[in-house]
Amino acid sequence: MIVAILVILVTLGSVAFHMWSPWWWSEIASNWVGMDDTIILTFWITGAVFVAIGLFMAYCIWKYKYNKDKRADYEPENSKLEWALTIITTIGVIALLAPGLIVWKNFVTVPKGAYEIEVVGQQWYWMYRLPGKDGVLGTTDIKNINDDNPFGLNTDDPHSVDDILIDADDLHILKDQTLKLNLRALDVLHDFYVPQFRAKMDMVPGMITYYWFTPIKTGTFEILCAEYCGTGHYSMLGYVIVDEEEDYNEWLSEQMTFEETLASNGKSDLIKIALNKKNDL
Amino acid sequence: MAADSYDDVAKNKDSIPSLEVPPQDLYHAKSWWTKYIFCQDAKVIGIQYALTAVAIGMVGLVSSWLMRMQIAFPGVIPMEAGAYYQLVTMHGMIMVVYLLTALFLGGFGNFLIPLMVGARDMVFPYVNMVSFWVFFLAVIILAASYFVPGGPTGAGWTLYPPQAITSGTPGGDGLGIVLMLVSLAVFVIGFTMGGLNYVITILQARTRGMTLMRLPLTVWGIFTATVLALFAFPALFVAGIMMTLDNMLGTSFFMPAIVEFGERLTYDGGSPILFQHLFWFFGHPEVYIVALPAFGIVSDLISVHARKNIFGYRMMVWAIVVIGALSFIVWAHHMYVAGMNPWFGFFFATTTLIIAVPTAIKVYNWVLTLWRGNIKLTIPMLFAIAFIITFVNGGLTGLFLGNVAVDVPLSDTYFVVAHFHMVMGIAPVLVILGSIYHWFPLITGRFLNERLGRIHFWVTFIGSYSIYFPMHYLGFMGVTRRYFEVFEGDNFTYSIIGINQFITVAALITGAVQFLFFYNIIVSSKFGKKAGKNPWKACSLEWQTPDVPPTHGNFGKDLPVVYRWAYDYSVPGADKDYITQDTPPSAVANAKAEQT
Repeated sequence: MIVAILVILVTLGSVAFHMWSPWWWSEIASNWVGMDDTIILTFWITGAVFVAIGLFMAYCIWKYKYNKDKRADYEPENSKLEWALTIITTIGVIALLAPGLIVWKNFVTVPKGAYEIEVVGQQWYWMYRLPGKDGVLGTTDIKNINDDNPFGLNTDDPHSVDDILIDADDLHILKDQTLKLNLRALDVLHDFYVPQFRAKMDMVPGMITYYWFTPIKTGTFEILCAEYCGTGHYSMLGYVIVDEEEDYNEWLSEQMTFEETLASNGKSDLIKIALNKKNDL
Repeated sequence: MAADSYDDVAKNKDSIPSLEVPPQDLYHAKSWWTKYIFCQDAKVIGIQYALTAVAIGMVGLVSSWLMRMQIAFPGVIPMEAGAYYQLVTMHGMIMVVYLLTALFLGGFGNFLIPLMVGARDMVFPYVNMVSFWVFFLAVIILAASYFVPGGPTGAGWTLYPPQAITSGTPGGDGLGIVLMLVSLAVFVIGFTMGGLNYVITILQARTRGMTLMRLPLTVWGIFTATVLALFAFPALFVAGIMMTLDNMLGTSFFMPAIVEFGERLTYDGGSPILFQHLFWFFGHPEVYIVALPAFGIVSDLISVHARKNIFGYRMMVWAIVVIGALSFIVWAHHMYVAGMNPWFGFFFATTTLIIAVPTAIKVYNWVLTLWRGNIKLTIPMLFAIAFIITFVNGGLTGLFLGNVAVDVPLSDTYFVVAHFHMVMGIAPVLVILGSIYHWFPLITGRFLNERLGRIHFWVTFIGSYSIYFPMHYLGFMGVTRRYFEVFEGDNFTYSIIGINQFITVAALITGAVQFLFFYNIIVSSKFGKKAGKNPWKACSLEWQTPDVPPTHGNFGKDLPVVYRWAYDYSVPGADKDYITQDTPPSAVANAKAEQT
């Protein structure tokens, strides 16, 4: 009796915790509402199964408690019941999987015209690069990295000279502008994650990964590194600030291009080839 | 041939298949050393495995206490970030490999397989003995890493390169990671010796009449898990060797060109994701290496203590086999956001969710075994019930993480931590605890203390559920795992300090009550209530030995002959509510047992 009651308490207590506890996700700030919807759907289906099994078990414990004068049923198999349960389960699984795969299809299909920017992770801070006036990110190579060229831009690539380099943990983006984040790591794995945007993807040294999203709310959102990257992992934080156009342009006008950065250090001759090529374009 | 014809009962004779192989003599211990240390008796080896696994498991348990203290009450136990990550890493690796794998396969496998299939011992007793000592060596190497400069590796139990072998990670540029990988390689060698033994014993050394479809599900679970391990561990083995070469000789299997702290390392062209594929090709089957023995054992616990045959035995066997096979084509669901080709997501999400079907069948059949049973709420039964609740909970959250689009926001958060602890930490551990209460009378001839056992059960179950159930909700908020300082995120909907303190207190209590359990084991093995023969009135062969505890060679002069499956409980017409596997049909002529 006590055991049956406790099984019921654990089952219904879990449901109550879900309904009334204050720990829940913060309001979404990107286009990935589909992810939230799929999670809610998954909650309904799995929650129903959890409650059904818990309560049925409690019933069995209460109803079929040991009695030395009674015997249990002898029924090794019941293929009708077993097949019925298998089919119902399969339908439930399809109901979860299908919407999930549709959302995933959207996630892996970057819309045409998405604004491409780059996020770079290294132990234990973030850097960002915008494509500049030509709208194209210059190519990079890890071998080019040095104090003058922290991003490793190819100095003979005409697209690199006007790239805007942001060597800081905070990034401003424009509300309602669809972004494709090109993700790059210089040393170990990292992961650019903003809980309110829902999306995340590991950054892997030696390759460029990506994901896309559209911010739908202005505000300041915290960046967390989501892939363990060594002793300083927990301190690899930053902010994404989603601006309206006016604020965004003001911030943008304060940032320097690769060309300007080098010029301020008196190192403009490093990108002479790229500048010549650019003039020829 | 099998003796499965109940027509023989009508003719009033029992068909006994003939011996295929003449009986073989065992090696008999000649001294204290060969009896207790370099012992070739699988039962003693099983206990050696279990004690060693639990001993190193205590290091894992204490590590988790220290971690939880840092998360909830930072500063109470002074700790640097590096030390925290070393605790995280060693906790994970110890619990998954050195405790759970070694305990289920090396411990329960050795003790139960020969007894349950009706064999005198494993088929290669000497290799079996060596297997344990190689495992012991692996544990020593692992423990040694605590005493080298820089300490053990802090790379996380997944040991992802490049960070595992670079200087930003504790132990990454020292001996910590080297010893970790060597220890794993030695573990795999030791396991292979034991694993081949378990598989061949089950296939070749079953007693007469013990057909495969009459094996207790415990044996099916351990058998399938061992086969998985024999296929999966080589992937870990080669990954470990390749990473060691990268680390020691400067090869670039997993290491691309990188710049660490401004310094260009000499590596070029390797792929960190290749390591992840190899690791999870081992790592996912590993989950089932732990889960399948638990599935099998819990089926037997439920059946014995509900006095009812396991519902849908054949479906249960097939579910175990199908889950085992599928577990090899789902590994990349651990890598949805790892940067692999995103189109893989479709395939791996589909295969992963398909696994839910055979797994759900198992759950239904456990619950349907209780249905119309005659349920004795013994301690093993309580643990079995708790297992079903935690396993259902943890299994269902797997449907979140397996479904690729849902995984994106939840991956690398506390939701993942909560999920896998519930499903492959708590659930299997509850089965282990229940089965120790169940088989303790066979091992020692005495019961564990009932009152202490019930306290132990309730605190462990409620405590562990309180740790991991709320933890899922931290994940929904986006609290990332493996953070040394758990911060108050600017945008979290509610403070996470209070809930973390609650979880830590629950973890400390749940951990502490295990020492009550150890006390119970030590005291009861000497002073516990005498159990006598077959105290639970079970059908399977391990309880039918002439001596309790069973002696070397298990079955006295003659091996038993098996006439039925292991689940003839409450057969209509029989005098007792159980018919043991070695009872001939003529002895229970009135029983209306189905052909099995």
